[in-house]
Amino acid sequence: MPNTLIKIENMSKTYQMGESVVHALRNVDLTINKGEFVAIMGASGSGKTTLMNLIGCLDKPSAGSYILDGIDIHSLNDNELSDIRNEKIGFVFQSFYLLPRTTAFENVELPLLYSTNLNLHQRREKVLQALETVKIAERSHHFPNQLSGGQQQRVAIARAIVNQALIMLADEPTGNLDSRTSVEVLSVFQELHRNGITVILVTHEKEIAMYAKRLIIFKDGRIISDQINNNQRNAAEDLKNLPKEEED
Amino acid sequence: MPLYAIFQIALKSLLRNKTRTFLTMLGIIIGVAAVITMLAIGQGAKTIVDDQINSMGTNVITVMSNMFNRSAVRSESGSSSGLTLEDVENIKDRFNDVLYASVLVSSFGRLKYKSLNWYSPVMGVDTDFQFIRNYEMEEGEFFTDNDVRSGNKVIVIGTTVATNLFPDESPIDKMIRLRNVPVRIVGVYKSKGQSVAGGDQDDMVIAPYSMVLGRLTGRWRPNLNIFVSAVSKEKIPKLQTDIMNYLLETNRAATEEDFVVNSQTDIAETSNRVSNTMTLLLASIASISLLVGGIGIMNIMLVSVTERIKEIGIRMAVGAKKKDVLMQFIIEAVMISLLGGLLGILLGAGLSKTLEHMMKWSISISTWSIVLSVTFSCAIGIFFGWYPAKKAASLNLIDALRYE
Ligand SMILES: Nc1ncnc2c1ncn2[C@@H]1O[C@H](COP(=O)(O)OP(=O)(O)OP(=O)(O)O)[C@@H](O)[C@H]1O
Ligand SMILES: [Mg+2]
Repeated sequence: MPNTLIKIENMSKTYQMGESVVHALRNVDLTINKGEFVAIMGASGSGKTTLMNLIGCLDKPSAGSYILDGIDIHSLNDNELSDIRNEKIGFVFQSFYLLPRTTAFENVELPLLYSTNLNLHQRREKVLQALETVKIAERSHHFPNQLSGGQQQRVAIARAIVNQALIMLADEPTGNLDSRTSVEVLSVFQELHRNGITVILVTHEKEIAMYAKRLIIFKDGRIISDQINNNQRNAAEDLKNLPKEEED
Repeated sequence: MPLYAIFQIALKSLLRNKTRTFLTMLGIIIGVAAVITMLAIGQGAKTIVDDQINSMGTNVITVMSNMFNRSAVRSESGSSSGLTLEDVENIKDRFNDVLYASVLVSSFGRLKYKSLNWYSPVMGVDTDFQFIRNYEMEEGEFFTDNDVRSGNKVIVIGTTVATNLFPDESPIDKMIRLRNVPVRIVGVYKSKGQSVAGGDQDDMVIAPYSMVLGRLTGRWRPNLNIFVSAVSKEKIPKLQTDIMNYLLETNRAATEEDFVVNSQTDIAETSNRVSNTMTLLLASIASISLLVGGIGIMNIMLVSVTERIKEIGIRMAVGAKKKDVLMQFIIEAVMISLLGGLLGILLGAGLSKTLEHMMKWSISISTWSIVLSVTFSCAIGIFFGWYPAKKAASLNLIDALRYE
């Protein structure tokens, strides 16, 4: 299966909280192919973030196997996991996680600094290109506190894609944004998706999930539903129909 | 991750918090400046002592009688001490390592010229004395062997004596009275400054020993000392024992305690020991402030790590390895301490120069003390930066990202 990007089998994650054990994930099986656009939904506490952290190699599972792009993640040490995060995965979080008092440009540059030897010129090129892709290049010298939420999220997306990530992991990326800005961000994801990036998106909003091609629903640490979305919406189209400058 | 990138990251973090960075640096700046200044003062004191020791002459050995404490033995030459004029001749003849030898008879006298009076120590010596102690002449000449043989009433004076008795004329060939004996001034020697003991070496009258013994001492017989100059520094210790053995052999001394055979190197060693101890003491006190500065760095770095837990989480999420985070914080600490060290050197140099100006000392800042300070401040950065950096690097990624 050359197309398989993520292959998770029987994955569990438990947290020990004093006496009690929290089962955040219970025996999850999940396969995602290259070029998919997946939305994950589910009640609060159902284990969505836990799964994203495991897919993104930010955390290690308690049990189960995980093959990412043909690599058995279980066999990797901390340094190799860092490299995977750096080279294959782009993260976008609900609260952006940009470095404060650091310009948009420098925030986007961050993964490149921890990456293989690129010279100053090559780095600059890549950063500007990423900022261009999310249409925020003109704000490259602004600090996060000088940007709107939507703009900050674009900078975060630029940071996620700057190192040619294979997978974009977005955990409630529109959670802090109004509906129009949310659709804008989704149009960026759809554009990235068209360019070949695999997108996995966690959201609480059904409307947002409808922009994805595949819908997974979580409950109590298990996948209870996994379907193709036959009514996938086009964010760019919707944006045209949404009145501009209107308050939500 | 390339090293320059870590430097860039560290530098940016420091610049993001300029005031705090500078205040942290201040501890190191003050510490290093204190060390530099203290070492410079110590070095300056040492130079002064060295100059004074050099002003004593070259490779000088002094032979002194200790017998005034013991039963005085009257010898033929009329000295109440154990040393005689023959001893001078014998020492000169017997030992090849002796370059010059001279007797020294110390006395004191009132000098009178016109209406002016001046009291000065008087040294009765042989002509060799001028070479032993390296007297250079400001004006006129030293007295001659003939003056010594004939007991001529001629003297050489120091510049202090000259300026006090002859405020506005040349003292050369002037007749003055020394203890009421008319004497002629034949020369003024160049200033020798302060002695090791702190006395004015220019407030001195030098006269032929024959004249001092014959004319100036009266019924009172002075102590004889002998000044010897060895051919080289290396020969000094052997010559010292040779002279002591000679004194024992000729029964002039019953025990070694009857005489003191001192060398210039002995004195130099003693005073060097003293000034080294002083330098060390000053530097240790200054080092304490450097240590306090280092602890300041550690304190700020710990605060900084706690403050930036989320930042560390973000860095790790985008691919920073533990060692990258470790390096970043260590380099931040080293940058603070190293830059602080360099500024401290500048401040220390400035302070030393000011002191030099105020105290009219020659203060020298050695490359050695600069190298020491730079190395030391680097070491402080690494040492005190290590613990906070280790703490940052061992944070759990998820916990760090979630930290509020
Ligand atoms: N570090 C942790 N320590 C202990 N329990 C944890 C930890 N992280 C998550 N959990 C627990 O694991 C379960 C799943 O949490 P998770 O964050 O994955 O939920 P979620 O689906 O993302 O919820 P939400 O929609 O509110 O973000 C929850 O019960 C949560 O309390
Ligand atoms: Mg969540």
